[in-house]
Amino acid sequence: MCSNAIANDENEEKGRKINKPLDANSLICAGPQYKTVKNLLLWNVSFIDIVMISSPMGILGLPFLTRNRDFSAKVYATEAAARIGQLMMEDLVSMHKEFRQFYGPAESDVPQWMKWDELELLPLELRQIIYGTDGTEFGGWMPLYSAADVKTCMLKVESLKYAEEACYNGTLIIKAISSGLEIGSCNWSITGPKGSIAYISSSVFSSTTAMGFDYKGLQGSDVILYSDLSSCNAPDKFDDDNNFSGAAGNNFSNLSDDDITSAMLLSVDEYLEEMEKLDFICSCSVDSIKAGGSVLIPIGRLGIILQLLERFALDLASENMKVPIFVISSVAEELMAYTDIIPEWLCRQLQDRLYSGQPLFSHVDMLKDGRLHLFPAIHSLKLLGSIVGQLVDADVEGVDTSLALLPFKPMAMKVLQCSFLSGMPQHIGPLENSFPFGYYSKNQTLHIPYTKEYSEFDIAVDLACRLQYTTLKQNDMDIARLKGELVVEQGRYRLLVGNEQASSQTKPVLHFGRLDLKVLQMALQKMGLNTAVEEVRSADGTQTASLVHISEPSKSIIEVTEAQTLITTADENVASLISQAVCSILDCI
Amino acid sequence: MAIECLVLGAGQEVGKSCVVVTINGKRIMFDCGMHMGYKDKRQYPDFDLIPDSCDFTSSLSCIIITHFHLDHIGALPFFTQNRGYSGPIYMTYPTKALAPIMLEDYRKVMVDRRGEKERFSSEDIVECMKKVTAVDLKQTVQVDKDLQIRAYYAGHVLGAAMFYAKVGDAAILYTGDYNMTPDRHLGAAQIDRLQLDLVITESTYATTYRDSKYVREREFLKAVHKCVEDEGKVLIPTFALGRAQELCMLLDDYWERMNLKVPIYFSAGLTIQANLYYKVLINWTSQKVKDTYVTRNAFDFKNVCSFDRSLINAPGPYVLFATPGMIGGGFSLEVFRQWAPCEKNLVTLPGYCLAGTVGHKLMSAKRPTQIRLDEDVQIDVRCEIHQLSFSPHTDAKGIMDLVKFLSPKHVILVHGEKPKMAMLKERIESELAIQCYYPANNETVCISSTHHVEAGASDAFLQSCLCPNFKFSKPNSERDSDLDDSNKRTIVCDDRVAQGILTLEKNQNPKVVGQNEFMEVLGVENHGVKFAHCCPIYLPDSESRDASGRSPSALLRLIFEQLSRAFPGFDLHDCQEQIRIRSFVGSFCSKEKCLHRTDVSLHSRVTHLCCSWSLADEELAWKVLSIIKNLELANAS
Repeated sequence: MCSNAIANDENEEKGRKINKPLDANSLICAGPQYKTVKNLLLWNVSFIDIVMISSPMGILGLPFLTRNRDFSAKVYATEAAARIGQLMMEDLVSMHKEFRQFYGPAESDVPQWMKWDELELLPLELRQIIYGTDGTEFGGWMPLYSAADVKTCMLKVESLKYAEEACYNGTLIIKAISSGLEIGSCNWSITGPKGSIAYISSSVFSSTTAMGFDYKGLQGSDVILYSDLSSCNAPDKFDDDNNFSGAAGNNFSNLSDDDITSAMLLSVDEYLEEMEKLDFICSCSVDSIKAGGSVLIPIGRLGIILQLLERFALDLASENMKVPIFVISSVAEELMAYTDIIPEWLCRQLQDRLYSGQPLFSHVDMLKDGRLHLFPAIHSLKLLGSIVGQLVDADVEGVDTSLALLPFKPMAMKVLQCSFLSGMPQHIGPLENSFPFGYYSKNQTLHIPYTKEYSEFDIAVDLACRLQYTTLKQNDMDIARLKGELVVEQGRYRLLVGNEQASSQTKPVLHFGRLDLKVLQMALQKMGLNTAVEEVRSADGTQTASLVHISEPSKSIIEVTEAQTLITTADENVASLISQAVCSILDCI
Repeated sequence: MAIECLVLGAGQEVGKSCVVVTINGKRIMFDCGMHMGYKDKRQYPDFDLIPDSCDFTSSLSCIIITHFHLDHIGALPFFTQNRGYSGPIYMTYPTKALAPIMLEDYRKVMVDRRGEKERFSSEDIVECMKKVTAVDLKQTVQVDKDLQIRAYYAGHVLGAAMFYAKVGDAAILYTGDYNMTPDRHLGAAQIDRLQLDLVITESTYATTYRDSKYVREREFLKAVHKCVEDEGKVLIPTFALGRAQELCMLLDDYWERMNLKVPIYFSAGLTIQANLYYKVLINWTSQKVKDTYVTRNAFDFKNVCSFDRSLINAPGPYVLFATPGMIGGGFSLEVFRQWAPCEKNLVTLPGYCLAGTVGHKLMSAKRPTQIRLDEDVQIDVRCEIHQLSFSPHTDAKGIMDLVKFLSPKHVILVHGEKPKMAMLKERIESELAIQCYYPANNETVCISSTHHVEAGASDAFLQSCLCPNFKFSKPNSERDSDLDDSNKRTIVCDDRVAQGILTLEKNQNPKVVGQNEFMEVLGVENHGVKFAHCCPIYLPDSESRDASGRSPSALLRLIFEQLSRAFPGFDLHDCQEQIRIRSFVGSFCSKEKCLHRTDVSLHSRVTHLCCSWSLADEELAWKVLSIIKNLELANAS
C-alpha cells in the first residue's frame, strides 16, 4: 500500500435546511477532521509487513497507521521523501493547532457536526464529501495526529538513497528508483528468490526539479505494477470510481531500449508542457503585479514551488521589478534550507549548478539580497495588512476550487487554476498487445502466479564438489544427496558446508524404479542361484505379483510387485546375495 | 574463477594510488593518482602494463575514483585525454564537484608558477569531468549486466568513499583512504557486513596507534591563540580543499566561543569558492555538523574573509590560510619567506610532507634554523612551528577493526611504507587468520574467488530446511558441581541441517528438491526392498506337557528381555503381540502355511515368529534372529 491522500478539512458552517443551495453560510464551522483511505480501518494493521512510501506527499497519512498499537510493519521511504514529508506533516500539525486555537479544543474525537441528526441537515454537496459518492467513506474521517505521532512515525521509517538495496527478512531486496515526479519520489523494485516486481507510480521522464524517471533500474522485472494511471488513455474497463487503478503486466521482462525511445520522445512534450504552464503562471503573475496587485500561491508540490521561484527571479529581473516574495509556512525556513543541500536528488540541470559552484536554487541568492522572505506564520508578517489580492494559482489536484473558495465569496480576485499532472500512462496502450496485462481495482486482491516454479538457490562450490552423483537408469539424469547449512541473505538462498557434528541422522537409502524380472533372473544366475518364476494372479485374473523361487543353496522366495520386493529366506548369505542383485537393478539414493 | 590485482601505484609507498582489478573478466581501475614527489615518468602509473593497453576503453570496464586528493585522481585527465580512455568513470557527488578545483589548482601551480610542461590543460580537466558519473552513497550502480558497484562513506575527506564491486559471486572492497573515528567535520567510515573475497586497504598508519583527536585539536587552537595574543601572524599552509575547511571550522568555532576579533584570511579566492561547495554538500559531513544546517550552515564562516596581497606585511596579528599545503612553492612559500624570520609568528605543518618540500625540511628542523631553497636563496627560520598531528587516516587499530569486521578471504595492503606494511601483514595473518599481501608497484596478486553453483530450489525443500533441529545437552557436571543449581542449565542448540536431493538433467540448471517430494518430481515410484522370515522356535519337551503354561505373550516377554540385554543401545518396543527394533518387526504366526516359512519342519513343539525388516537394518535383523534361534527356553523356565 502506498499513499493516503488526505482530503481537505471541512471548516464549513452547517446549513439548517436540506435543500438550501450551497453558500458560505451552509459550511461547517469547526476544527477540521481529516480523511484517509476509506478502508484503512478494515485492515488488520498487524498483517501489514511492509509499507513503501513513494513520494513526500505519500507519507502524510502514515501516522494514522503507525499510531495504531498493532502496527509492526517495516516502512521504507527515500531520505528526501521522508524529510520533506516530515516537514509537510509538521506544517499540517501546526496549521491544525491554529485551527484549534480558533475553534477551541475538540471536546471528543467525534465532533458535534458528525452526529447523524446534524449530518442529515447538511446540503447534498457537503454530505457527498462526508459520505463519499457511494456513501462508504464516512469511516475514513479522523482527528489529526499529533506532533508526537509524527515523531514516532518517523522513527519507524527506514530511509534509503536512490538505488540503495534494503534487505527485508533476508529474502527480499527492496530498492527505491527515482520516478521524477517530485524531489525524493520513487518507484520500487522488489526482488526475491522467485521473481521480481516493479511498482511504478506517476513518473516523469525529464523533470524540471527532481531527478528524472530511472526506467533502467526497473528493467527485467517479472511483473510491473502500475499505479496512479491518469484516465486519458485508460481502458474502458475502469470505473470512474477506480481512479487509482493500474495495470499489472506479467512477464514484462527485457523492456528493450526501443520501447523506451518512443516513450522518451513523448517525454519531451511532457517537459515542454510543464515549462509552458510555469511560464503561463509567471506571466499572469507579472501582469497582476504590473496592475498593482499581489499574487497568492498555495503551496502544493514542492518541486513546482521551487520552479516558480526560479521563474519569478528571472521574470521580475527582466522586467526590472523589485517585488518582495514571501513564503509563509511554519517549516518554510527548514524546507528552503533543506533544498539547498540535496544535489543528489535533483535533475541534471540543477546538479550542473553544483559542479559550476553555484547554489542549487536561485532562492539562495534571493534570500540573501532580500527578494525573498520566509515567515513561519501569517501573523508574524506585519506588512500584509494592506495588500489587496488579485490572483490565486491553485496547483493542487483533486480539490474542488469553488468549494475551497466558497467562504471568501464574493471575490474580486482573479483565480487561475493550473494542474500539473504527471506522465506515464499514455505510453502503456501499445504495450498491451505485446505483454500479458491484468487490471485491478480498489479493494481487490490480485493473485499473480510466480513465473518461476523454483527459487534461485546457490550452492557453495566446495559443497558441490563433494556431492556423490548417481546416474539414474531410467531417466537420463544424475542425482545426489545434498546436505548443508541453508543461509538466507541479500535475497538469496545459499547452501554452505554445514557443521558436520550438528547434522541430523542421514535419511535411509531409498530405492525406486522398476524391477525387471528377466534382469533379476540373469543377475541371480550370475551369482550361481538358479531361479524359477511363478506368477500370482488375483481372483479377476490380473497379475498382482511374481514369485521367484530359489531352491539352492537354501530355499528362498522373492516376491516382486510394482511397489516392493520381499525376500524370504532363512539364509543370511543368500539374503545378502539377493539384495545385492535387486539393488543393482533398482535406482537408489 | 580468480581475481587478479595489478598494483600500478601506491604499492609499498604513498602516492599515485592506482590498482587495476580483474574480477571474472571485468576489469576495474581503482583510483588514477599521481605521485607528487616525482617529476619524471614515475609521476604517473605505468598504464602500459594494463592488458590490451592499446585500447583502454575496451580493456577497462570502468574507473572508480575514491576521493579528490591528487594522489588518487591526479592522473585521470591525462589518462582520459592523452591516453584515450572514454569509458565510464564513477565518483561520489562531492568528488565530482571538488576534483576539478583540485586539478586546476595543481595545474596552475605546476605550469604557471613552476613553469613545468603541462601534462593536461584546463580544457582537459573540463572534458575529463564530463565523462564522470556521480554516485550517491549506498546507491547500487549497475555498470553493465554483470558488474555492480556501490560506494560507502569513508570519512577521510568530504566525499571520500570506499567502493564495493561485485561480478557474479566474486566481490571486493577497495577502501581508498578512510578514517575510522569521526572528527569535527566528517563522520567515521561506515560499511555493511559484506561477503568479500578481497579487501584492498590503505595502510598509511599501519603500526601507529592514536588517541583522541580532540586533544590534538585543542593543542592546535592553543598554539594559534597564543601567537595572535602576542601580536604574531599565523600561517596555515593547506591545500584548497579538505584540511582548509576543517581547520577553518575549528577556528571559526573557537573564535566565536572566545570572542576573538583577530581576522582570519583565505589566501586565494579559490578557497572561499570551495567553501560554497562544502555548504551545498553538508550532507556528507558529520552528523553533528549536518544537524545544525538549518540554523547556521557550519561552512558559512563568520570570521573568515579573503586576503589581499598588500596585507602580507600589514601590522597586527592575523591568521592566514595559504596554498599549497606542504609549502612546496606558490603563495604559502612566498608568505613563509617573509614571516619565517620573525619569532612572534607561527607556521603550522600538515601531518605528512613529501620529501623535498619546505614542509618536510621544517618537520625535522630545530629552531632557529636555516633552510636553503635553492643555490641563491636561504631562509632564516625563527618563527614557531606547530605540527598538526591529527590525520584523516585511520590508525592500525582502525585497519584491524575494519578487516576483522569484514572478514574477507584475502587482504591486500597499499598506500603505506614497506616495513610497516610487513608488520601489519603479520598481524592480519596471525591474529585474524586472513591471507594478506602487500605487493610493490607493477606487481600482480592473484587470488581465487568465491563461486557458487546456481540451482533452483523447490518450496518443499526450502520449507524443510526451516524445520528446527533442537539438541538438548547439559554441560559437564563435574566441574560445575560446586556451583549453584541455577548454573546447571540445559544447553539447547538448533543447528538446522538442510537435506535434499539435487537433480541434474542435461542442458538444465540443477534443481534441488525435498526428500519427500523427489519421487513425485522425477515421476518415479518408491520401490521398497524388504526381507521376511518366518522363524521357527522349537519349544523344549518339558514344555510340551503343558503348552498352555507358556502363553505366547510370556514367550514374547522372554524374547524381549533377551534382546534388551543384547542390544542395550537400541530402542525396543514391546507392543503386546509384536517386537520392534527399528524396522524389524516380529510377531507370532498362527498360519498353517506361512509364505515366509522356508523350513518344512515336522517338529510338533514348534511355534513361529514371523519377522520382516527392511534393507537398511539387514545386519541388525540377522543378529536378532540368531538370538531368537538360540533362545535357552529350558533354563528360562
